[in-house]
Amino acid sequence: METSTISAREEAKQLKKARRSETWRRIKKNKLIYLMILPGLIYFLIYKYLPMYGLIISFQDYKPYKGIMGSEWVGFEHFQRLFTSDEFWMIFKNTLMLFGLQVFVFFPIPIILSLMLNEVRHSFFKRSVQTLVYIPHFMSWVVIVSISYVMLTLDGGIVNAIIESLGMQPINFLLNEEWFRPMYILQVIWREAGWGTIIFLAAITAVDPSLYEAARMDGANRFRQMWHITLPAIRSVIIVLLILKIGDVLELGFEHVYLLLNSSNRSVAEIFDTYVYVAGLQQGQFSYSTAVGFFKGIVGLIMVIFANWLAKKFNEEGIY
Amino acid sequence: MAKLKRVSAGSRVFDFFNYFLLALIAIITILPFIHVVGSSFATSAEIARTKFLLFPTEFSLNAYEYIFSTDTIFRALGISIIITVGGTLWSMLFSTLTAYGLSRKDLVGRRAINFMIVFTLLFNGGMIPTFLVVQQTGLLNSLWALIVPVTINAFNMIILRSFFMNIPESLEESAKIDGANDFSILFRIVLPISLPAIATISLFYAVTYWNTYMHAILYLSDADKWPVQVLLRQIVVLASGMNYDSAAFTDTPPPETTIKMATIVVATVPVLLVYPFLQKYFAKGAVLGSVKG
Repeated sequence: METSTISAREEAKQLKKARRSETWRRIKKNKLIYLMILPGLIYFLIYKYLPMYGLIISFQDYKPYKGIMGSEWVGFEHFQRLFTSDEFWMIFKNTLMLFGLQVFVFFPIPIILSLMLNEVRHSFFKRSVQTLVYIPHFMSWVVIVSISYVMLTLDGGIVNAIIESLGMQPINFLLNEEWFRPMYILQVIWREAGWGTIIFLAAITAVDPSLYEAARMDGANRFRQMWHITLPAIRSVIIVLLILKIGDVLELGFEHVYLLLNSSNRSVAEIFDTYVYVAGLQQGQFSYSTAVGFFKGIVGLIMVIFANWLAKKFNEEGIY
Repeated sequence: MAKLKRVSAGSRVFDFFNYFLLALIAIITILPFIHVVGSSFATSAEIARTKFLLFPTEFSLNAYEYIFSTDTIFRALGISIIITVGGTLWSMLFSTLTAYGLSRKDLVGRRAINFMIVFTLLFNGGMIPTFLVVQQTGLLNSLWALIVPVTINAFNMIILRSFFMNIPESLEESAKIDGANDFSILFRIVLPISLPAIATISLFYAVTYWNTYMHAILYLSDADKWPVQVLLRQIVVLASGMNYDSAAFTDTPPPETTIKMATIVVATVPVLLVYPFLQKYFAKGAVLGSVKG
């Protein structure tokens, strides 16, 4: 009895040793591969992980000349200041509103557009439409906002010229609080709706054509075919993209919003990102603005974990 | 052919509306660009006269002559070209190396490294801590600040990685038997057969670098280092005194409409020139990566 346990233990030890040396062998065999990855790894450590470490300045009274080591600790003071400030709720609401527009207004549009494109049988027509609607995606936000600007300005813009020729009062879209949100989401749709179809169209090509044939036999019209065959087939892609969108909850595009922001529409246009920029880099409140950014990042992370959990709950794949 | 004859009336009505709407969407998408290009070649007088200008009747290069009369725009374009070409090469080098390394299934620690990279998509240090790192690494107010902090885009790296993972291992193994090392396998065998993916990701990087604006306003304080997007912003919007940081520009008179239009065209055209050549590649590439996630 005893000898057998000893030999079993001995065997396990041997096995462990063998496995370890096997691991070593594999690491050594791939040493050039590790060399390839190394620069990339260093990049992520310095420019992605070091800033995460830098988040601790949100608990400090960070002074650039003192550095992270020498600055004074203040606990949750900056977070307290954020949550009790009058502007917090304004910014929170603005951020939430733009997020809502992204999810409820923008998100369905590429899906509808790709369903429409999928019904096109003339491949030349289909390709031409695709080529044209992808173009704005490659324009910078500066270009998108600049084009909107020259078209919407009161000073000879084409849109106000049309409005006036219809006998109505011109509208100062660029400085108007009520027009900020429509303008924001229309620009997002203009730039991204076409590009957003790519992934859905790819998912649609995987649908078995015989399903449509069968549905036609049963007398299903084109709308019913879309609803009962195409849409269910791309369901999992839709869910994955929705999770990613929700994960991006607070990434509404600093550049885009910052370019639209001015003192007249600030009450609806100021979001966390622009607030961080102004408070941090323009006013030099490094610690406070880092706390604002940290809060935003945590909310985003919680949202993506929640969305992923929800997807799994409904037996979908999720993103991790 | 027999199938086509059975198309019902309802189906035909559906097709008509579908084609009509899609054509309309495509036209609306592109109309603003035509308006801007058309206006940039118009005379100021015609702009004032015709409000809904698409194609000018009098062709004029005045606006372009004006913006190219000083070296401001040349310098900005030059800087944009430098960071676009240099940045794309730099990013592609490190993205390809990392992606290929992580595509090797027998790599110990691969999962951990993958997770480490994907996590940066879900959470990051944010603007201010990143700014401080850029400052600490001595990049502030140098053109490197527009390139080094964005060396690898995790999404692009993942697309490349999934592409490399689909290459049959037998190709690499036979090269190994012939005594090739990992670097020569990557550069002599893997890259030549991955050209569609390489072209796609290069385009993505090039467009990002050409369009860079935020990093320029964050990290560059000298106006003579501004890329073309920042200059465009100054000319179109700030000159009219509408934005937060317009105070510095109040003494500049607002430029004429045609000049604004011409600057937009100059900042846009390079992207549109490469677009048709790469268009056939990128649909494939973009799909590949996003599906695999």
